[in-house]
Amino acid sequence: MKKNRPVNLDIGTIRLPITAYVSILHRVSGVVLVGGILLLLWMLDISLRSEEEFNSIRVSLEQPIYKVILWAILAALAYHLVMGLRHLIMDFGLGETLEGGKLGARLALFLAAVLIILSGVWIWL
Amino acid sequence: MALVTAVTSLGRSGLADWLIQRVTAVVMAAYTIFIVAYLLLNPELSYAQWAELFSQTWMRIFSFAVVLSIVAHGWIGMWVVLTDYITTRLIGGSALFLRTSVLAIYLVINFAFIIWAIEIIWGY
Repeated sequence: MKKNRPVNLDIGTIRLPITAYVSILHRVSGVVLVGGILLLLWMLDISLRSEEEFNSIRVSLEQPIYKVILWAILAALAYHLVMGLRHLIMDFGLGETLEGGKLGARLALFLAAVLIILSGVWIWL
Repeated sequence: MALVTAVTSLGRSGLADWLIQRVTAVVMAAYTIFIVAYLLLNPELSYAQWAELFSQTWMRIFSFAVVLSIVAHGWIGMWVVLTDYITTRLIGGSALFLRTSVLAIYLVINFAFIIWAIEIIWGY
């Protein structure tokens, strides 16, 4: 085999399609959730300890910093869930063509954006 | 059959990992939708009502199934990500050591996570 044959697998030099960005973000949101789930379990722990500690979560969530952190976790969860659903749908053979994949990615991105906005509304209103 | 059976993958085969990833995803999605719906339907949720929900046997089983799903799903996901980005091609000869170390730390975190979750689910 020729040692100096041309190779172009440097992903940084290739213009990526929407499906690639959607996939990379699926990975990023998954890694974020590995940390986020610890915070959610911590909240569950506190919420079940006693009435006082249960109410302390409501008080803590008045602070903007906690609202932002919770929103970030819910955003990652919403995005990851929608993209996972897209995978399940594609496992059944829907949206597997190049155009179908791009359309599915756009629809999933739109649905994820709606859910992320709604979770923000839920936290701030 | 895969040419190389990766010792650190969860199901030891891509097909097993593929299936585990989907089954655990459905369990976690159902739980997420249930909890969000419950919180939306009970905006004035009290401690008594919340504690009552988590004292139900079915809720404890559902919650624990989700905990195990999180661990399995997270392991497969992190394995895929780590074996894609912490590679000899991308970061050099230390990749194998670094990747194995990160997975070892993640294993300990998962173990602690399960113990902690059991304490929460059956402790209150």
